[in-house]
Amino acid sequence: MTVRLLPCGRRAVLVESDDVLGYQAALAQAPPDGVVELVPAARTLLVRFDPAVTSSDRLGALLRQVSPVDSQVASAAEVVIPVVYDGEDLAEVASETGLSVEEVVARHSAGSYVSAFCGFAPGFAYLGGSDPALHVSRRSSPRTRIPAGSVAIAGEYSAVYPSASPGGWRLLGRTETPVWDVERDPPNLLPPGTRVRFRELP
Amino acid sequence: MKLEILRPGFATTVQDLGRPGHAALGVGRSGADDRGSFRLANRLVGNPAGAAALEVTLGGLVLRASALTTVAVTGADCPLVVGGRAFGLNSPITLHAGSELSLGLASAGLRCYVAVRGGIDVPPVLGSRATDTLGKLGPPPLAAGMLLPVGEDALGFPAVDLAPRAALPASPVLRVTPGPRRDWFTDPARLLSTVYTVSPDSDRVGIRLTGPPLERARHDELPSEPCVPGSLQVPPSGRPILFHADHPTTGGYPVIAVVDEDDLDVAAQLRPGQTLRFQA
Repeated sequence: MTVRLLPCGRRAVLVESDDVLGYQAALAQAPPDGVVELVPAARTLLVRFDPAVTSSDRLGALLRQVSPVDSQVASAAEVVIPVVYDGEDLAEVASETGLSVEEVVARHSAGSYVSAFCGFAPGFAYLGGSDPALHVSRRSSPRTRIPAGSVAIAGEYSAVYPSASPGGWRLLGRTETPVWDVERDPPNLLPPGTRVRFRELP
Repeated sequence: MKLEILRPGFATTVQDLGRPGHAALGVGRSGADDRGSFRLANRLVGNPAGAAALEVTLGGLVLRASALTTVAVTGADCPLVVGGRAFGLNSPITLHAGSELSLGLASAGLRCYVAVRGGIDVPPVLGSRATDTLGKLGPPPLAAGMLLPVGEDALGFPAVDLAPRAALPASPVLRVTPGPRRDWFTDPARLLSTVYTVSPDSDRVGIRLTGPPLERARHDELPSEPCVPGSLQVPPSGRPILFHADHPTTGGYPVIAVVDEDDLDVAAQLRPGQTLRFQA
């Protein structure tokens, strides 16, 4: 397992790892002194620290010794998201992937996903693990408004738009399940590590 | 006790010290852009450092107090008028019931902070009353006719009645350390030899800079990675964006360098057209 440390200002280190969630799980089990926040993304984990307690050199030496643990063991129960597959980009995705619309829906709803990280907007979870046949690029020109609850794909990820926003992902369908609600604790239904399935609604 | 907003100015939001610690949910820290000026405004009215106050871009705000209170204005150099009389920045000002405070147009700097004794008492979201303009959290930007409740979250009476502050630098030099993707550029040192100009499309999310483009040595797509405030992200145009208070928690363009958090308050006061440099 290779780990690379990259500089990221005077109060954080960016760790590049093949297993970001596993590395994060290991750090969360035994956090080094001074670590104040862990933020995962696609291939990197941001480790923010308090410069009054530790330094990037001292922390870096500790971070190089961390080995990822199995993050699946620690992950919460599976969330099932019912989806009406009537998205505007279904036909386009089908023609681009050489599949029929029915096959796109079947493959997307058969997948087993894991929330890899959040970003872009509060509660926007990047769900990894989609069928490689469904890896399509973003739209060349983003839509100015995508409604909350839209289920969409881009690259290797699937997502549910937590709130109405502009966006360039391909729309496959929509769900009534709110993935973000500031009145709920925690507000995010799909924090990193959560296992997710999509179920097709008629 | 309430503040009635008669004119909101160019862009005014409620801010505090933000919501740190939620970046893994896609929620950025947000909060006051110039945290030093924000803290000072609170101190001058005897509030705890994190009490919610108003962040006013370029001035233009007019408000009326419903009852006797104390306010203070810090940050950008902006004329203040109460009841036809001029008042100064960085000093407590008494407002009587029905008094109006007007902020003119800022002549230097970009952002003023108006603290009121007791703090603005809008409902907190995820532990903060700050408006996150990117994440759309917290209260909406101020509009004419809004009534802002004022809380009772004050400490003892203000101990300071004037806080002298240095003038804002005309062409600041911001200190940087190398960023995670410095090696994605053919000549990263060029960042330090260029005089950049602040672009008019800058906002609380990021300060866009114009200057000769930084050339990429690598053209592969970067998977989204977490960002910190102060990140200098370089989009395909080659012109860096300095991530500020409402920056996205992750970004898909390489970060060449990171501005010291201590220098972000100075950056918060940069006006479009102003020049700046970076120093290692």
